Formats: sequence, C-alpha cells, structure tokens
Amino acid sequence: MRKAVEGAAEVEIPRDYRMTIPRDDLVAHFAERVDDYRAIVHVVPAAEVPGLVAEVTEGKRMIVPGGAAFAVGQAVPEDELLTADGVVTGCAVAIAETGTIVLDAGPDQGRRALTLVPDYHLCVVRADQIVSGVPEAVARLDPARPLTWISGPSATSDIELNRVEGVHGPRTLEVIVST
Amino acid sequence: MSVFIGMPGDFPANSAKAVQDSQLRFNLRKATHTIRGKRASVVGELPDWAQLRAAGKAIKDHTLRHLDRYLVQMEEAVEKAGGRVHWARDADEANRIVTDLVKQTGESEVVKVKSMATQEIGLNEHLAAQGITAYETDLAELIVQLGDDFPSHILVPAIHRNRSEIREIFLAKMGDAPADLTDEPAALAEAARLHLRERFLRSKVAISGANFMIAETGTCVVLESEGNGRMCLTLPETLISVVGIEKLLPTWRDLEVFLQLLPRSSTGERMNPYTSTWTGATEGQTFHLVLLDNGRTNVLADEVGRQALRCIRCSACLNVCPVYERAGGHAYGSVYPGPIGAILTPQLRGLGSDLDASLPYASTLCGACFEACPVAIDIPEVLVDLRAKVAHPRAERAGMRAAGWVLAKEVRLAKAQRLASRFRKLVPKRLPGPLSAWTDTRDLPEIPKESFREWWARNERA
Ligand code: SF4
Repeated sequence: MRKAVEGAAEVEIPRDYRMTIPRDDLVAHFAERVDDYRAIVHVVPAAEVPGLVAEVTEGKRMIVPGGAAFAVGQAVPEDELLTADGVVTGCAVAIAETGTIVLDAGPDQGRRALTLVPDYHLCVVRADQIVSGVPEAVARLDPARPLTWISGPSATSDIELNRVEGVHGPRTLEVIVST
Repeated sequence: MSVFIGMPGDFPANSAKAVQDSQLRFNLRKATHTIRGKRASVVGELPDWAQLRAAGKAIKDHTLRHLDRYLVQMEEAVEKAGGRVHWARDADEANRIVTDLVKQTGESEVVKVKSMATQEIGLNEHLAAQGITAYETDLAELIVQLGDDFPSHILVPAIHRNRSEIREIFLAKMGDAPADLTDEPAALAEAARLHLRERFLRSKVAISGANFMIAETGTCVVLESEGNGRMCLTLPETLISVVGIEKLLPTWRDLEVFLQLLPRSSTGERMNPYTSTWTGATEGQTFHLVLLDNGRTNVLADEVGRQALRCIRCSACLNVCPVYERAGGHAYGSVYPGPIGAILTPQLRGLGSDLDASLPYASTLCGACFEACPVAIDIPEVLVDLRAKVAHPRAERAGMRAAGWVLAKEVRLAKAQRLASRFRKLVPKRLPGPLSAWTDTRDLPEIPKESFREWWARNERA
C-alpha cells in the first residue's frame, strides 16, 4: 500500500469554510429549519415547558429516561418500550443551519433504542444547546459516545421519489425549544 | 474473485435495451431531475460550498496518501474500544470472514442495512450458499430483493420500479402484505414497516457498511433516512460492518466537512433524517469491523485513477449524467452505476471483460459529473486515461459513438412522437455492424447538427 502512493505529493488541507455562522436569531432559525422537515415545533419560555410537555403528552403512555425530569401524561417503564406510545428526551446539541438535534445517550436521553422504537419522539431543546452550524456541533460532541443525529421524522423517497414520513423510526417528531 | 455482474453483455448492448424501455426512461428522468433540483437549491444555500468541496477533496487525498498509517490507527482505536477488526484482501476473504462470524453466533438469519461494499462482494449470495439468509431492510433494497432484481441507482436502488410494480412485488412475495394493499406510497411504506418490525426485534445479528470511519477515534458513521439503519445498528447483539478501506477520514473534525457535503449532494437535503456514529462495542454489543481492499490498493497505485477513491457515493454524478438518464443503472453491469461506475468498476475489476472495457466509453465527456462531484473527482480525466489503456477497438467503436447516438435519439424522440408514425416506416430500422445495438429502436436518429456541449447547454442548463 505504501508503495502504491510512492512519490505522491503531500496535501495541505484548506479549512477556509465557515466555522460558525453568526446570526442573532439562532432560536427562530432552528425552529424554522425543524419545521421544514414537517416536524412539530414550539418555542416557549423555560417556565412554560413543564406545562406544555404535560399538555402534548396527555393520554399518551410515555417513556421518560432516568435522567429526564418531565411530568408526562402517563409514564411507563423502559421495559414497556414495545408498547409505549412515545418517549420524551433532552438532547446534547442542536444545529440551527440544518434543523438537527443530536442525542448522545446522556442521562436525559437514555439508550438509543428508546428514541427509535416508539412512534412518537418529543425532544426538549434548551436555547443554549443550539449552535449555528455543523462544525460547532462536531466540536461540542464526544465521539466516544454513541451519537444519533436526527433531522425530522423518519422518511423514505424510495417509491417514485415521493417523500413518505415514517418507515421505521418515529413517525412524529415534536420539538420544544426552551428559551 | 467473485463479483456481482448486474447484466451480462457490454454497455452498448445493455443500454440499447434500456433505452427502449419507456417506463424505465420516464422513471429515471423524473427521479434524476427531481433530485437535481433539490441538490442545486441546498448547495446554493451555502456560500462556502466551494471551500467545503476543496477541503473534502484535500482531506481524502491526504488520507489516501497515508492510508496505511491511518488504517492501523483505526484498527488500534476500534480494538481499544472493545471492537474486533478483520482485514479482507478480496471479496472471497471478506465473505468468508463474515460467514464465519455469523456462524459463530449460531444464527442463520441476519438483517442488513444497504451497503454498496457488501453488494460489491456478493455477500448475500455467498451467505445464502452457506445456509444463512440475509434480509435487506431498506425499502428500496427490499423491493429489489423481493423482486429478485438488481439495484440500479446508488441512492434510490429501485428507481426503475413504479408504484404499481412495487405493489405487485409486495403482494406476490412479502407473505404478510395486506390483501387490500393499494399502490399509495404511504400504504406501501406502512406494509414494509410492519413486515420488518418483528424481524428487527428478533434478529441477533446485523450487517452494515459505513459512510465514514474516523481513524483518530475509531468511530464508524452511517447516514440514512428510514431508521432501518438505526434498527440494525442498535438492536441486534452482534454488529458486523464491512467497509471499504477508502472510507477512512483522519480526524473527528473532518466530519464537519463531510456531514455538510454528503446529504446536500446526495438526497438534496440540508441533512438526512438519521446519522448514527458509534465507537467500538457500544451498549453491550459485540462489534466486528471488516476492512475491505478488493482491488482498492491497485486503484491507489494509479496516479490518475486513484482520485476515484475519494468518492463518497453521493450519486450526484448519476443524477446529472445524460447517458445514465437514458441508459439506466443496469446497463453498467455493476453495483456502481453512472459516471463513477464507469471509472471505478474497470479499475476495481480490471479491463479484461467486454463489459468493463466498454465502460470508459459510456460517456460523452461533457463534464457535468465533475462539476457536481462534492469531492471534485475529475471523472472525464480518468475516463480518457482509461480509454488509452483499453486499446479495444470494438469497445471504442461501439461505446464511444453509442453515447452520442443515445443522446441524439432522445432529442429525436420528442420530435418523432409529434410526427406521424408513418414517417418511421420510411427509414431503415437498424444500422449495420456493432452499432446495430444502438439503433435497435423505433427511430433511427439523425446525426446531431450541433456538438453535444452545445446541445447540453441549450437543453439542460437554460
Ligand atoms: S464520483 Fe463524486 S459525484 Fe459521483 S458518487 Fe462519487 S462523490 Fe458523488
């Protein structure tokens, strides 16, 4: 293999792309981009988050990972994963430019299957977790942890390129931004 | 070495068949033009696209320059994180390694998430011969597998099937498809969801590929849309990932470039629905990484051709290629169709067969692929270089002109359809000699009055 590239020149890597995208409407921009994926988005003051979580999960059997302190319609234990209606989590980072939330299996998110098997995922994002673009997000994340980057509900375009929401992941993604 | 051959014959013969198939041509045109438009708009959104592209190209070139060192680094990092690493020189070796790993688990069924590397080595067929059933879980791959068919596009492998064909396939082959299944895309997706759900929950072994590997940290990265990738990566007890050695990136930070380049070039989205990254054995899983060479070191040794190893399989070059749009994916006779296939397949497999020798001619050298490529692979340059190596008069005669004829024919087709069909009866139906394959259609095309470049500019970029 070394012989195969013998004599090839050394390569400089130019990194003159944007490391950050300065904007003062980070939260609004994030919300708009999440909405573009046909996810449900709310932006509310921190004090109103508990009430809103309770409201949108009313009547739903929800999994609440150990480290997440949310009062939901009806909390069910993790081992009822297969029959639960949904899951509510926090996140590690969120990206405004792409409308992405990133989970790192932290205490308020739990193991990866929790946000995969139920049909409904409610994610609460703190405003200070939102970064402007992908480079800042990569810098904040720990590669040793398993990461799941989520941009909208699960989708496929495999049938005549018609976008259909929800094949195997949650068919409904709801995001609450706490300001 | 066992290699998947999509269709026998050579490119001119295969594409002549495809050009005659108007459903295929309609599906392809619709698909490629739709993705093309989406891609253009999300790429246009980033003022630093050119800088990202330059960085992507340089990172890949740098990695290839020191591939030996980074591969060892990857191996060490994965093993340190509790994973096992296996090296496979060729398809046979990779197939053997994976089969043994599956057998050690005592399982006879595995779930799979779409992976070009495992298609390249014909893993499913090999597993089947050893009594192991591999279930594809991507909707498109499922359609292809149930239909006993071959993929025809990197990103949308069942692009050649329309909804009523898919419905027929599901009803005939799925077993648990509802009898009143309609051909609504949502209903078809729902049928696939139900069909696979139980299989995901039951399966103990999953096989995947990876879009990227990070040498510094030992991390693997998979981008997907449907969530079947997450199912495969997360739920089974054993995960086996088969990854081409060129998928390596040196540092974690390099992802900041490729997670911008790939989704926008590929599906034309700001970000694909799901990206998973994991490092070694995760959440109690057993993890095996199979590093696949299978001809890649030979490609690396070619000064001009090695740039093909920068490819991140986004499929942007397919979607802009006038030849692909008309000939279809199967004509390329390999898992890698379109412009990238025309340069990668002959390099991986050698120029021995008629098919592989004709691939470098499956192009008009218009350069649209180069412009679209997020890692700036100069596909026309590699094609010209390969043509010089072919020295294969039949391939040249048939292939080279063929590309031109197919295109001319397309231009003619629209006009011809507006003309009375009686006109058809006045012209000969076939050209003599090797070109007969290309004119085996209803209308004999005229020689274009303008160069291809002019035609392209007028018709496609106006
Ligand atoms: S050659 Fe370039 S455009 Fe084509 S699939 Fe590879 S990365 Fe994408």
